[in-house]
Amino acid sequence: MKHEKVEKNVGIMIILIIVAISFGTLVELVPLMFSKETNEPVAGLKPYPALQLEGRDIYIREGCNTCHSQMIRPLRAETERYGHYSVAGEFVYDHPHLWGSKRTGPDLARVGERYSDDWHRAHLYNPRDVVPESNMPAYPWLFRDEINAERTPKKMRALRRLGVPYTDDDIANASSVVNGRKEIDALVAYLQGMGTLIQSRR
Amino acid sequence: MTTFWSSWIIVLTIVTIAGLVWILFANRKQPKEIDQTTGHSHDGIEEYDNPLPAWWFAMFVITIVWGIGYLIFYPGMGNFKGVLGWTQIEQHDEEVAAAEAQFRAMRDRYLALPVEEIAQDSKVMRMGQRLYSNNCSQCHGLDARGAYGFPNLADEDWLWGGTPDAIKHTLVNGRNAAMPAWRDILGDDGIAETTEYVLSLNRRSADPEKAKLGEKHFQTYCVACHGAEGKGNVAMGAPNLTNGIWLYGGTEEQIAHTLRVGRNGKMPAYGENLTEDKIHILTAYIYGLGN
Repeated sequence: MKHEKVEKNVGIMIILIIVAISFGTLVELVPLMFSKETNEPVAGLKPYPALQLEGRDIYIREGCNTCHSQMIRPLRAETERYGHYSVAGEFVYDHPHLWGSKRTGPDLARVGERYSDDWHRAHLYNPRDVVPESNMPAYPWLFRDEINAERTPKKMRALRRLGVPYTDDDIANASSVVNGRKEIDALVAYLQGMGTLIQSRR
Repeated sequence: MTTFWSSWIIVLTIVTIAGLVWILFANRKQPKEIDQTTGHSHDGIEEYDNPLPAWWFAMFVITIVWGIGYLIFYPGMGNFKGVLGWTQIEQHDEEVAAAEAQFRAMRDRYLALPVEEIAQDSKVMRMGQRLYSNNCSQCHGLDARGAYGFPNLADEDWLWGGTPDAIKHTLVNGRNAAMPAWRDILGDDGIAETTEYVLSLNRRSADPEKAKLGEKHFQTYCVACHGAEGKGNVAMGAPNLTNGIWLYGGTEEQIAHTLRVGRNGKMPAYGENLTEDKIHILTAYIYGLGN
């Protein structure tokens, strides 16, 4: 095909560009969608309970993932600090995953159970109350605002469509579990559940 | 990975590389055509159609050769592991093993020595400080002087005991303090009277009559944990109420608030997180801070 023909015909050019850039996706991404390593949950992995699920959505809303990654790489410097490196099976029910690549703050993949609930609450109300050197923003409104319990079952149904095994009971009870709870309760519940399935001494 | 997906990757990778080689060589112009134009002319401005500079062309070739070499030596082609057999996890494990080989013997030597002794060793204290910064400073502060609700570790007052064994127990198993809420039992007056009595234990009472009433409540409800004299009990993590050190603030209102709503301080367990030798060094560091 003459170069000129491609250059002067936008339709052909679009198709050829899509073909050219799709090779990376086809080779690196598509096989992972069907591979056992990425689709099989690690032992004990359960879909997020209603309160944690809402907490995760607050985490996303507040943009926590822009400063905190959730992915411990297999490098000694990281496993020494954070614990066992992350494995694909831990994120099977995460839609979307929040691995991130920017660490203004520390990685949070295994922050669960490291600190007390009181610490998380104090820290989120004003990080400088407990860590004077911190440059993390304060999130006082989480202590004021309540979770919208109406939306929780809808979120769970949407996730079920994506393959997260929520039962009908989970969905039916979701609203009553989160009803009246403050956003901070949800976020702390989410944080305290993070990465606790794989334990290692470092 | 199944054979199908492995072959999928291999075939597509080879097709891509072959395609790139073909595009690169098929479009290569010969040097004799230098200074030819594309024939495009826009308002008299023409466009050269020169071949790629030789160094540029060579770089394309080098990257292709590099890519093929990489796929031979490292994993990339589906299930083919690469002739070096390298994996990320193995490299990590080797790094960890090398560090263990370097430091483990030293840490084990310290593990065999009593906490009181190694707390005198400046090297142990420096190692302890690193461990402390990474694991403890978030709550207790970089200077170990604590914060509202998080105990000061650098003074001589200990909620759960300051002996090496007690400190180590706290680190390994964590601690859960449980001060109940007294609002429903004492009522607003009872809370105010008991607060007055607690203030009197610190010679800060302005109303001895009220404090007397509070003493009755104290000797009924508080005595079990805080003791008859209010000096606390390390077995339950009940603080000494007479020494002017307040975990949740010592103003009249703060004390009353603690009485009303209760307190449930929690120290997480680190026994499953840190190895024994590191906990030993950390114990020595924390013991050394208070002594």
